[in-house]
Amino acid sequence: MKQWWWKILCILLLVYTVTGGFLLEVPALPIIQESIRNLYFHVCMWFGMMILFTISVVHAVRYLGNNRLRSDILSRQYAVMGIVFGVLGYATGIIWASFTWADPNSSTFASFGAIAKDPKLIGAAIALLIYFAYLVLRDSINDIDKRARVSAVYNIFAFAFLFPSIWIIPRLLESLHPGGEGNPALNPRDVDARMRIVFYPAVIGWTLLGVWIATLKIRLQLLKDKSVLEP
Amino acid sequence: MIKKCLLGLLSLCSAVILFAQDNGQAQMADTMRGSGKIYVVVAVVLAILLGLFLYLVRLDRKITKLERDNRIINS
Repeated sequence: MKQWWWKILCILLLVYTVTGGFLLEVPALPIIQESIRNLYFHVCMWFGMMILFTISVVHAVRYLGNNRLRSDILSRQYAVMGIVFGVLGYATGIIWASFTWADPNSSTFASFGAIAKDPKLIGAAIALLIYFAYLVLRDSINDIDKRARVSAVYNIFAFAFLFPSIWIIPRLLESLHPGGEGNPALNPRDVDARMRIVFYPAVIGWTLLGVWIATLKIRLQLLKDKSVLEP
Repeated sequence: MIKKCLLGLLSLCSAVILFAQDNGQAQMADTMRGSGKIYVVVAVVLAILLGLFLYLVRLDRKITKLERDNRIINS
């Protein structure tokens, strides 16, 4: 394995996340109860997504500067991993919401209308759909250089749109989702000290896992495109 | 080599299971049966996680080998 120390760190952190995340003590809150442990899994997916998208846009900007296809491949694979994390964050959020936001006296399906209108969910959906369009746009262009250039520019647009759609607009509107007044996961006064000792390692662990998978895909793609990269 | 290791691990596991059964009659609440059996869930999730890591590590090594072969052919 190439540069293996951070891969071992990733494994150790995630093993700690799962063990500590299930067994260590958490604050007892009404309605949420033990499901607060989802902080170590659901929230980490969104943190990982944000970090992976940031890496992706950095490589997109670098491509526009150096015109090397290597940067384009890096940018694309990090964006794909970011999308995977975003979809997982959404899926885990659906499960969590259906047991904490939904009216316990009727079926989850009956509260769907109220939950689906939540501005945080719509914002996250818009952000993810813009990134889906990034992949569609890329694959619709056959010319390699043009594809790299157009998708690098689109990547910057998509990243810029993350800010209004998931950081700003949901905060201006009323929402069931916590975090209306800043970022609750990063605010030391909002997250219990008992949870922080698992939460921060969990964020690092899950992000490293995403980076690991992305680097594997990048190395495979670099091997495949060898003839184009080194003429 | 890998097969031998796996076989060794498997026999070790069966020994642990036998040991657990011996103890089960005398003592009802050992670690795995205490605290609402949450430890069983932790063990299951850890097993899945470790399986995924094993898969990733093997994939990583395969790609490393591919890269090395590619370099040898080209030089």
